[in-house]
Amino acid sequence: MANTPSHPFYLQHHFSDAQQQKDSAKFGMWIFLLTEILLFGGLFCAYAVFRAWNHEMFYNAHLALDRVLGTINTFILITSSLTMALAIRGLQVNKARQAALYLGATLVFAAIFLVIKYFEYEHKIHLGQLPGKYYTYTGVAGTNPHIFFSIYFVMTGLHGLHIVGGMIVIAMMLVNTLRGKYSNEYYTPVELIGLYWHLVDLIWIYLFPFLYLIG
Amino acid sequence: MNAALEQSYLKNPKGLTSWLFTRDHKRIGLMYLYAIMFFFFLGGVFALLIRLELLSPGKTIMSADQYNQAFTLHGAIMIFLFIIPAIPAALGNFILPLLIGARDVAFPKLNLASFYIYVAGALFAIYSIITGAVDTGWTFYTPYSTESTTSVISMTFAVFILGFSSIFTGLNFIVTIHKLRAPGLTWFKQPLFVWGLYATAIIQVLATPVLSITLVLLILERVFGIGIFDPAMGGDPVLYQHFFWFYSHPAVYIMILPGMGIISETITVFSRKKIFGYNAIAFSSLAIAFVSFLVWGHHMFTSGQSEIAAMIFSFLTFLVGIPSGIKTFNWLATLYKGQISFEAPMIYTLSFLFLFTIGGLTGIFLGALALNVHLHDTYFVVAHFHYVMMGGTVMAFLAGLHYWWPKIFGRLYNETAAKIGAILVFVGFNMTFFSQFILGSQGMPRRYYNYLDQFQPLHAFSSFGSFVLGIGFFVMLVYLVHSLFKGKTPGYNPWGGLTLEWTVPSPPPPHNFDKIPEITHGPYDYDKILVKRN
Amino acid sequence: MSEQHKEHILPIKAYLGVAGALFILTMVTVAVSYINLGGWNAVVAVSIASFKVSLVALFFMHLKYDNKINLFIFLIGISFVTLFIIFTMFDTLRRADIYEIKAKPIKEKAHIYERAPDDSTQQSDAAQH
Repeated sequence: MANTPSHPFYLQHHFSDAQQQKDSAKFGMWIFLLTEILLFGGLFCAYAVFRAWNHEMFYNAHLALDRVLGTINTFILITSSLTMALAIRGLQVNKARQAALYLGATLVFAAIFLVIKYFEYEHKIHLGQLPGKYYTYTGVAGTNPHIFFSIYFVMTGLHGLHIVGGMIVIAMMLVNTLRGKYSNEYYTPVELIGLYWHLVDLIWIYLFPFLYLIG
Repeated sequence: MNAALEQSYLKNPKGLTSWLFTRDHKRIGLMYLYAIMFFFFLGGVFALLIRLELLSPGKTIMSADQYNQAFTLHGAIMIFLFIIPAIPAALGNFILPLLIGARDVAFPKLNLASFYIYVAGALFAIYSIITGAVDTGWTFYTPYSTESTTSVISMTFAVFILGFSSIFTGLNFIVTIHKLRAPGLTWFKQPLFVWGLYATAIIQVLATPVLSITLVLLILERVFGIGIFDPAMGGDPVLYQHFFWFYSHPAVYIMILPGMGIISETITVFSRKKIFGYNAIAFSSLAIAFVSFLVWGHHMFTSGQSEIAAMIFSFLTFLVGIPSGIKTFNWLATLYKGQISFEAPMIYTLSFLFLFTIGGLTGIFLGALALNVHLHDTYFVVAHFHYVMMGGTVMAFLAGLHYWWPKIFGRLYNETAAKIGAILVFVGFNMTFFSQFILGSQGMPRRYYNYLDQFQPLHAFSSFGSFVLGIGFFVMLVYLVHSLFKGKTPGYNPWGGLTLEWTVPSPPPPHNFDKIPEITHGPYDYDKILVKRN
Repeated sequence: MSEQHKEHILPIKAYLGVAGALFILTMVTVAVSYINLGGWNAVVAVSIASFKVSLVALFFMHLKYDNKINLFIFLIGISFVTLFIIFTMFDTLRRADIYEIKAKPIKEKAHIYERAPDDSTQQSDAAQH
């Protein structure tokens, strides 16, 4: 297939034009995000059920989380979302170098988020505020405080895994951008990972108040 | 050798790697078909072993523990490895793009990935069987699943992986149906099988993630003892059941909806009559998909969930009867005054109508709260869901398999042998499972290795039925394999169908359509267009 | 669908504005969390979080300008999660509303009752075998 304007290199044979392909890709990505929402939805359900049962314990246990670090991480994740959005805008206005810079910044913010998360985890492991049967901390009043920490670790852990997965793909996009693969003609993969990254941010926006602020 | 076969997707391109790395939906569909048929066979072997054990009370051929493993593996294999991917991933993959006049599904690479994810899940399941099997039942209920010493983790992980395969198929189908329909093929000119697959795909993407997170929590519960589902640690096993059935009830409709789609196709073709109530059938698919998310609690009437929840779920369960009834009546009305011909696909279609009606109506019995308490976990439930799953979905799958067989392989099977096979399957099925309705109503509990002497005659009858069923499937295997080598070659349109897959050669060429077709007529306009069989 | 060939490109200012709003809302929600409003704390936190989520979805994820079907999918996701939580809570919050349930072991000697709550599953299993 010749690389002509009517049939560019990225157009697959079963699509009639680039717009149809792009719309399909975005639509497919949104359906994938839908499955992500439902995946975390299960955890939010577990959170809601146990919080309703043990409200006192949840309140006491949430005080054990570091509200300041949580707030800082929220700022960092929102900033990374901003840089991600600006990276896509960079490609839309055909400034690939600018886009690469913003993608790099997104990676840096994501890494800082994980480092802060690591220190939070380490502190909790040190105190024995661990999930389930490994829970040895005694400073939280109320019944079954280990369940709060189970939910905390599963939710933030799954979220953290999503950050790591996103970082790997963003790094790949960064390399491709530097190689000049994307332009304002074709940047669908970056747009898709952008959507994913914003979703990871969205989930944190709910996780943060639920776990750190209201317990 | 005929020209169509030589130029078809089966021979172009040639070579093993061209199959392993194919992005052609037809080849992926075919690989899926072989894989699911293998697991259908494996699950069937476990079923026959179960029935053999239940031939007489006490130990017949296996120990009680082995029996627990046998029914768990039968359930898990049949549900996760056979019936969920059977119609969408195998037949749907093959037929969907042909039905809507597309060259492929929207994301061919994802489609191939979905197949290999399925294979990976299947390997984990086999690994689990080798390393000690599972004895929890296919539902993996806590707290037993957190305590059982069998390989629960590898089996749940297998199911977790299979879930992604299912999600990717669903995602692919939704986008394909939205974006790749041929010009002129409006939503209401789509064949009804497409509507069935669409409704199925919606459930696949909405429900399966919840199963994934449930299984992750179950694995974490086993490995780290996180205590969310473990009553000994303040967790709630009933919550596990909510999580599980939020997926698994809609999953029942993942199984039945595409089957209903196939029935809508075959019943019009073999009645030579326009479908009655197209819109009603299309929308009732979506209605079933939606209602399926509101009724999961009817699996938990005796679990200790609150009485109020039980009442709400019981009431909502009756709603499922409405769209299912609409479909059944429309199919019957389609038959009325049609020119019915009784080829093998039609025999399976009529079997479906008969058996699904029984399965559906007994579902209404079981949805009634007060009655359910008595019938819960008896053979009545076993018979009910086999009438829906096997009498419904498997019959529809077989109808579809026989209907599209000439298209898929470019070969015609022996019609007489197919009729004999279909009748054996129908008779064997009813012998096996109708007796179980009676057993259940007399109080025979399910999942028991032993039983009272008074149940012996019915159990033995059921077991003999299962042997008849097995012979029926064996006959099918023989004539289908025979057809692959010696079968006559069909023309484009052996049944006289009006949908697009019959306008391309059998088997189709690699890119399906030389030119994307323009659609001007409805899929079932038998009243306006005279189609010749060829 | 095929008419809107050119993407809607937002000015940088718009992105910065949205991010600024998100920062301010985060500070507000953290500040409110230090004031005890009883049950209202949760309401305020969820409302602010939902508002932030709408901002991200509408502007960063372009849902405001995108094909409306994507917005529809997003809303379906949120509503099914809500449905899941509400229907589950019909059970978990309403147990023993009508009949009084007395918890008693079905089998008194079953080993799960012998285990202390903080004892691990593994240990008691090991002790048994």
